Amino acid sequence: ARRGAAPGLAPAMESADGAVRTLPSIGRLSRGPTFGRAHGRFGLSPSGRLLPPAPRSQENADPQRTAFLLRKQWTLYSVTPLYRFSDARLRDYARLLSAFIAAEKQKGLAVEVGVELDIKVSVSSLPDLKGSDQDQAAILVQLSSRSAASSKNSEEKLIWSGWFCCVSGDDLSENVPEDFTCLPLFLANGGESYTSIVGSWFQKTFDCCFRRLAISPLNLSWMAAMWTGCKVDKTASAMELVFSVPCLPQPLNISYAIHPEDAKALWDTVQKTPGEITQEEVDVFMDCLYSHFHRHFKIHLSATKLVKVSTAIASAHCDGIIKFLQSQYLTGVLMLLTELAISQIQ
Amino acid sequence: HLATSLPLPSERDHLRPRIDLIAFMIDIKSKYSLKNVEASLAHVDASFFLGKVCFLVTGVGRVNYCSVEMNAIWKLGEVYCSPVLFCELELEGIRVATAQRLLRMLQICAGHIPGVSALSFGSLMRNSADD
Repeated sequence: ARRGAAPGLAPAMESADGAVRTLPSIGRLSRGPTFGRAHGRFGLSPSGRLLPPAPRSQENADPQRTAFLLRKQWTLYSVTPLYRFSDARLRDYARLLSAFIAAEKQKGLAVEVGVELDIKVSVSSLPDLKGSDQDQAAILVQLSSRSAASSKNSEEKLIWSGWFCCVSGDDLSENVPEDFTCLPLFLANGGESYTSIVGSWFQKTFDCCFRRLAISPLNLSWMAAMWTGCKVDKTASAMELVFSVPCLPQPLNISYAIHPEDAKALWDTVQKTPGEITQEEVDVFMDCLYSHFHRHFKIHLSATKLVKVSTAIASAHCDGIIKFLQSQYLTGVLMLLTELAISQIQ
Repeated sequence: HLATSLPLPSERDHLRPRIDLIAFMIDIKSKYSLKNVEASLAHVDASFFLGKVCFLVTGVGRVNYCSVEMNAIWKLGEVYCSPVLFCELELEGIRVATAQRLLRMLQICAGHIPGVSALSFGSLMRNSADD
């Protein structure tokens, strides 16, 4: 069976404020529908979605500048708008954050046992990472360590990075008051304790709130479909889907690897309008993969939980961990993640 | 009576009491459960859809585990003219409240509540969901 009736947008559009919390309060759930009808957000599976723009020729952008973001594991957070943040004061922020970290260390919240490390903080802007002109340019925070014993000639080692960004976040930025800066997506790489300290400083200073951003199996299947359709120059790596089987005494994961060309061929037969993807197409694509698997192994993958998707473009894990693998699609993936983050905030 | 899918085995037809309400359970964490329900719906006599069917969506407390698209569920409710209820089985309070709701619905469907028919109640539930 190929295409059933196209899912239409339901007439009543409520905001689904209950949708992003896990185990919401008892009173609310028992009353009836808590999910509003989809209002076109990636996080709430819109019936139609535009593909991220094909690799932008990026005339002004130098892929080298963002190359350091690739092939690193980033933990995702959603961040509410920052109050009175100014990208002209980045040096000041670096200084203040540095002082804060030093103070935290004094208090005994030592992050590194043993060697006394001198933490150097740098806060800079990444102007290439934005979708539209309305987006705020990405802000990068880096913590480097330098052994306190030696002079400033000693090597600096990057120990932690975190960056805020907003790619095509117009839905959010259009609706916030003047003094707020929208950088809803935060990505961190490095020790959890540093993430916590930096996060606390930002929360205190700009009155914002960080929350881990999880990715549901539904959203992961969107990513699988979208990324399979992307053209890659060199030989792409296999597409891998990892499923976690519920209700077993021992945890069991199933890894399903698909040859990238087969996956792309399948997707090409499913996708009707270039540049646009519908929920239905994603369903058909995934169902084909599931039935193929069932034919061979008699296991219904649709009864398991999709926890990880890996393609040549990027890999994403349901705990909210992402790895970018292709610089030309970096902003495309960021656009999806920004939308997920905004969904979680609203 | 609990069944994993329909149709029910015909051997026990003569022993089975009258069925007043069918609650189809869809686990939001399992796409398979939705497919299963869709397949089972085909085996239900049309007369049941006059207020004697409802869809019970479970696992809604764990949105981060969501494998089923909400639109598909709403559509099911619309196509089969039946109300969609949500619950989270992991929380005892909600479990109990949902059971009480279903019991109430069952009483109406069985004709035990004078003045309220299954059909009128069903359309009342659907209309309030749309608001």
